[in-house]
Amino acid sequence: MDFYSSSSTISSHEEPHVLAVDDNLIDRKLVEKLLKKSSCKVTTAENGLRALEYLGLGADQEHSTNNNGSKVNMIITDYCMPGMSGYELLKKIKESSILKDVPVVIVSSENIPTRIDQCMEEGAQMFMLKPLKHSDVKRLRCQLMQYQ
Amino acid sequence: MEVGQLQRSFVEYMASLFREGFLDAQFSQLQQLQDDSNPDFVVEVVSLFFEDSERLLNDLTMALDQPNVDFKQVDAHVHQLKGSSSSVGAQRVKNCCVPFRNCCEEQNTETCLRCLQQIKQEYLLVKNKLQTLFELEQQIVAAGGAIPMVQ
Repeated sequence: MDFYSSSSTISSHEEPHVLAVDDNLIDRKLVEKLLKKSSCKVTTAENGLRALEYLGLGADQEHSTNNNGSKVNMIITDYCMPGMSGYELLKKIKESSILKDVPVVIVSSENIPTRIDQCMEEGAQMFMLKPLKHSDVKRLRCQLMQYQ
Repeated sequence: MEVGQLQRSFVEYMASLFREGFLDAQFSQLQQLQDDSNPDFVVEVVSLFFEDSERLLNDLTMALDQPNVDFKQVDAHVHQLKGSSSSVGAQRVKNCCVPFRNCCEEQNTETCLRCLQQIKQEYLLVKNKLQTLFELEQQIVAAGGAIPMVQ
């Protein structure tokens, strides 16, 4: 079905919708502001499970009519989160037939090469260091425009 | 005090906070994010930081006060504090977190307690400094002036 790909193409006057996942309240507020400043629509989630629920991939949502996932153009997630890590969230997204093509960006406060490799191998779009700066988000925004 | 004097005090005070390492470039990032659509952004984020830090410092105190200290839990709290302080540019608080995490790894309650003491001191210092900074801003605005852009 092509219904996802048609809604993921961003025309120049549409704002991309980004789902930002982070267990730290301050980081959520920051990333939201950074993204809004770059003309993105933002939804935040405080952990992997909430993120999956929002995307319609939650445990009880097999037959739900949740189509939030089709409206999300990018997911940014923190790596270190209690419960489900950003890496585990990435895997779940890549396993989903509906969402596997949504770019997933992993952010981390720690620069660990094996961690970076692990995420990139699992299909992460990018790995970025926290705290995110305006220039980082601008770069992401450009990537989004070129994607597809 | 007249507006010009207040503004000069503000600029000098801000410069000293960077010079003395209380704040780093990330704080400037926060200031740059503030705009007309969100004129209190910096105060809002910093207030969140104060709340978050005080909660974490309490949790750390309790965790280290246990007969059998759960060092994984202590480390998790320090990790959070490192993240928050890093995100608001509270450099000296952030820098205290690294040795603290090492002490957690070594599972040494005594050195952890010393780290906690240090972090509490640094936190109170930066809290005080930031509150003074915000008060200066309020005084400038009350006197009819604009808050100078620094850096």
